[in-house]
Amino acid sequence: MSSETGVEAAAATRRRTPSLRMSTGRAGDKIFVSAARGSGLTVLAIMAAIAVFLVWKAIPALQDNKANFLTAEEWNPNAVPPRFGIAQLAFGTIVSSLLAMLIATPVAVGIALFISFYSSRKLASVLGYVVDLLAAVPSIVYGLWGLIFLSKHMEGISKFLNSVLGWIPLFGGDSPGKNSIFTAGVVLAIMILPIISSITREVFLQVPRANVEAALALGATRWEMIRLSVLPYGRSGMIGASMLGLGRAMGETIAVAMVLTFVPGINVHILENGGSTFASNIANSFSEASETGRGALIASGLVLFVITLLVNMAARAVVARRKEFV
Amino acid sequence: MTSLTTPKGAGLSSVSTGRKIKDKLVQGFVYLAFVLALVPLLSVLWTVVSNGVARLDPTFFQFSMNGVSGKDPGGGAYHAIIGTLEQVLICSVIAVPIAVLTAIYLVEYAGNGRLGKVVSFFVDVMTGIPSIVAGLFVLALWLLTFGFEFSGFAGALALTILMIPTVVRATEEMLKLVPNDLREASYALGVPRWRTVCFVILPTAMTGIVTGIMLAVARVMGETAPLLLTIFFTKAINTDPFSGPQGSLPTFIWEQAADPNQNSIDRAWTGALVLIAIIMLLNLAARLVARRSAPVSR
Repeated sequence: MSSETGVEAAAATRRRTPSLRMSTGRAGDKIFVSAARGSGLTVLAIMAAIAVFLVWKAIPALQDNKANFLTAEEWNPNAVPPRFGIAQLAFGTIVSSLLAMLIATPVAVGIALFISFYSSRKLASVLGYVVDLLAAVPSIVYGLWGLIFLSKHMEGISKFLNSVLGWIPLFGGDSPGKNSIFTAGVVLAIMILPIISSITREVFLQVPRANVEAALALGATRWEMIRLSVLPYGRSGMIGASMLGLGRAMGETIAVAMVLTFVPGINVHILENGGSTFASNIANSFSEASETGRGALIASGLVLFVITLLVNMAARAVVARRKEFV
Repeated sequence: MTSLTTPKGAGLSSVSTGRKIKDKLVQGFVYLAFVLALVPLLSVLWTVVSNGVARLDPTFFQFSMNGVSGKDPGGGAYHAIIGTLEQVLICSVIAVPIAVLTAIYLVEYAGNGRLGKVVSFFVDVMTGIPSIVAGLFVLALWLLTFGFEFSGFAGALALTILMIPTVVRATEEMLKLVPNDLREASYALGVPRWRTVCFVILPTAMTGIVTGIMLAVARVMGETAPLLLTIFFTKAINTDPFSGPQGSLPTFIWEQAADPNQNSIDRAWTGALVLIAIIMLLNLAARLVARRSAPVSR
């Protein structure tokens, strides 16, 4: 405790709490401080345990693996000898979530602009609540909706895109279907819309009012005001928000698992049926997995964990950089 | 922001046509974006309600799927509803104290200390953990290392990991809103610090914290992925969350939707309707609690 007093005292000058020390020496204080600090440490312990146990349980399966874990496209951890790699999963995860981010970001920014600058204050709170409702719908419901309702309608859109943009390899292929990475990307886009728009809205709220009023006073139209004062100010916030959405999309499991039909191998034609992501593969193959199979799934989950961690940390760094200027 | 309308040039030359058109185009895009967001929401709600009412009968709430195959009519989600309620209850009992105490530590005790910063950073990291990874962790720790069997409790543990960061953040926000005058007044009266936290600060922030907890409960209730790996599947009623596979509403929907028979699909829709109804009610109740008394309005 004594070693921390210096830090505490320095901290207390900037803090609102008047007391310099954590505990007054009373038994009740001591117990309460230890409980609070213990809970904080529990959070750290959980995070450490997640990393340790995932690595520990993944290693035996990785040692038995007869294929290259990073480059192999097949996923046969239950075979003898086990052969599995994450190439296809990584491809599906990255393409579907990037697609989701590209679709969701403009719409989310549009919503944030609408709520912040185009609607009346009373309407704004109602609309904010409506967008929050999108976030409250569980992913299994989006999955069911995507599988049974949306995919029917996506077939026509996919065929249209294929006929118009078929010369781009991504939209090429002979048989555009409904259970494709493209459909998964659209479902993911809907799911990450609320988080992107709510963070973007927070950033827009911080735009200095003086800048907004100055732009308007100079005779700017509403769009010019947004372009001159809001967008430059909110740029890093919007980038950070869409990256957080990307991280969310990468880890999304059930909706993707329900929408995609598994076809082995990487297929760059995202309008055709098939594809698989880290998370959907875990959900789909867990119930038939042997011991090595479970280890292999844990290994792929570890890769997903690391990727989402990196994306989220980068996103938070981008959002936080903006805060320092405020 | 809304009061700021584009000033019409009084005496000045009016806005040129090109700029006007651009302004209107952007306005059109912004309105369109909002409509685009409403379409899926309304579509999801409409399909769930219209398809879900078909099987919204007493049987659905009174029977399990025991002995009912995919193509049979009848059967229900009693086992799944029981399972979901038990798992979410256990999860809340574990997660809420840890999360609230962590938030108290961060706001009341940590100051700018290093431990506080580290904990705060890892709470952020925890927010971003994909739900399936939480499931894999409990699988690796509880089932593969400690050797326990699939159970509702294992599922609750996985949900706990997802619930803690949400509740920490919500509680933190509320504690920060408590005015410092209250703390100082309490200290001036010679009240010990822990009693100040427990009997002055927490009651002041209570409604906000309750709102946060209810929203977090609503969020974890819809989680499916971690449950697939921890509670596994069962068609029978299992009221004991500590032994053997248990049902849950999300996994019930997942299982029924995987079966191509129409009777199964109908059950999946009704399951989705019940799940959404519970979650929306929790959300609504949380808003009402929050509105009835805003945490601090001084």
